[in-house]
Amino acid sequence: MNIFAHIGRATLSLLEEIGRVALFIKDALLQGLTPKIFLRQIFEQMMRIGYFSLPVVGLTAFFTGGALALQIYLGSSRFNAESLVASIVALGITRELGPVLAGLMVAGRVGASIAAELGTMRVTEQIDALVTLATNPFKYLVGPRVIAAVVTLPLLVAIGDTIGIMGGYIVGTRSLGLNGYAYIKNTADFLELDDVTSGLIKAAVFGFIIAVMGCYHGFNSRGGAQGVGRATTNAVVSAAILILAANFALTSLLFAD
Amino acid sequence: MADAHIVLENLRKSFGPKQVLNGVTLSVPKGHSLVVIGGSGTGKSVMLKCILGILQPDSGTIRIAGENVVGLKGKERDQMLQRFGMLFQGAALFDSLSVWENVAFGLIQGRHMARARAKDIAIEKLGQVGLGPEVAKLYPAELSGGMQKRVGLARAIAADPEIIFFDEPTTGLDPIMADVINNLIVDCVKRLGATTISITHDMASARKIADDIAMIHKGQILWQGPAKTIDTSGNPYVEQFIHGRAEGPIQMDVLKP
Repeated sequence: MNIFAHIGRATLSLLEEIGRVALFIKDALLQGLTPKIFLRQIFEQMMRIGYFSLPVVGLTAFFTGGALALQIYLGSSRFNAESLVASIVALGITRELGPVLAGLMVAGRVGASIAAELGTMRVTEQIDALVTLATNPFKYLVGPRVIAAVVTLPLLVAIGDTIGIMGGYIVGTRSLGLNGYAYIKNTADFLELDDVTSGLIKAAVFGFIIAVMGCYHGFNSRGGAQGVGRATTNAVVSAAILILAANFALTSLLFAD
Repeated sequence: MADAHIVLENLRKSFGPKQVLNGVTLSVPKGHSLVVIGGSGTGKSVMLKCILGILQPDSGTIRIAGENVVGLKGKERDQMLQRFGMLFQGAALFDSLSVWENVAFGLIQGRHMARARAKDIAIEKLGQVGLGPEVAKLYPAELSGGMQKRVGLARAIAADPEIIFFDEPTTGLDPIMADVINNLIVDCVKRLGATTISITHDMASARKIADDIAMIHKGQILWQGPAKTIDTSGNPYVEQFIHGRAEGPIQMDVLKP
């Protein structure tokens, strides 16, 4: 078998997939985010995507903040620069780790559940049934999930940032012997509004990626249980990779001087 | 035919290299019940999905009450779809909604009816398919297959549609429940005066609910006539199908052992 034929075929199918995703995003924006708006559905999805992700995101942020404080303390103590712990934890959490880790955790929790739910609806003809009841599936299913994810991810990350910094504070003061008052003062003095908002902008973009990937793979699942399983895996993997790629792009964009 | 309600002309649809509809031409007079029979994979479901606009035909025309419906978009499409009701093979009930919310879905979402009023109508329609009001608050997963089919039927007739499609209404049911469903279909259709197309491979069901029968094979209509004449059609394909013989002009792709 010709190796060039393989490469060519793989490239073509990748481009085809990118085209399909682009068309899906077009439909999601033009049909899903225009009236009529299903408020009840948006509220329900906000609860499922946002509220019920709080424990996962909170625990992730707490332990990450703690581990970050430990690492930075170990490194900075070589230069007698322990006072930097508070400010570097705050920066690391708000700019990078808060949004990225929350995004990845929510991609696993919510992206998978969206893909599995819509995939099952597709293979049991529930999405076709929506159409026969004169209801546009993009407006009823995709729009509310995209809106809910874009709105709630920044809120989740804001809470995660707070808990992450608190995790650093607890480790710093309880096990590293840093002064609590100085820790909080360092954090407050050093942290700027831009650090936080850049993370929240990232979070909104990640929310969009998670919802769109979940809906896209769910909508296009074929062939029963196995197809739904494949859709779920693809939704999580593609969302995770896109989140990391988008994070890199956004970091270079938002912090370009 | 002057009073033809649904007219398909030379409808073609292929998926990749596979030609599924190969020039289907059909017409159904207003208030008539047409049953389309044919083996699995002969294009029956695809035909219904083309009429509903879930799939786009490659060529050919579809006219509902004289109006071409191929390629309708947005509001016009929603209005067209409000004239339809459909009972899906697996009932396709929304499993996140209760039974009455399923039945009332088209009324609430498609026609913006108040929930309380839609609930009353849903309970009335459930009564017409032999289900008591105590079923209304259950969820689809709590129902047996036969009950799910009946809820699906109630949902299909909830908005008093002028056209109803039945996709294999008796598949997967025991013979007695199948006959119950057949009777309900005949009753409901008579009460509404609706035009219907049913697809099935259950001959007992076809004889019971059909005014006319059409036989589809390899994406083409081979025979169409009044239900009474099905036994004297003289068409070898129809003969083979209604008697369920493995030998005849229709060859299954089965390897001989």
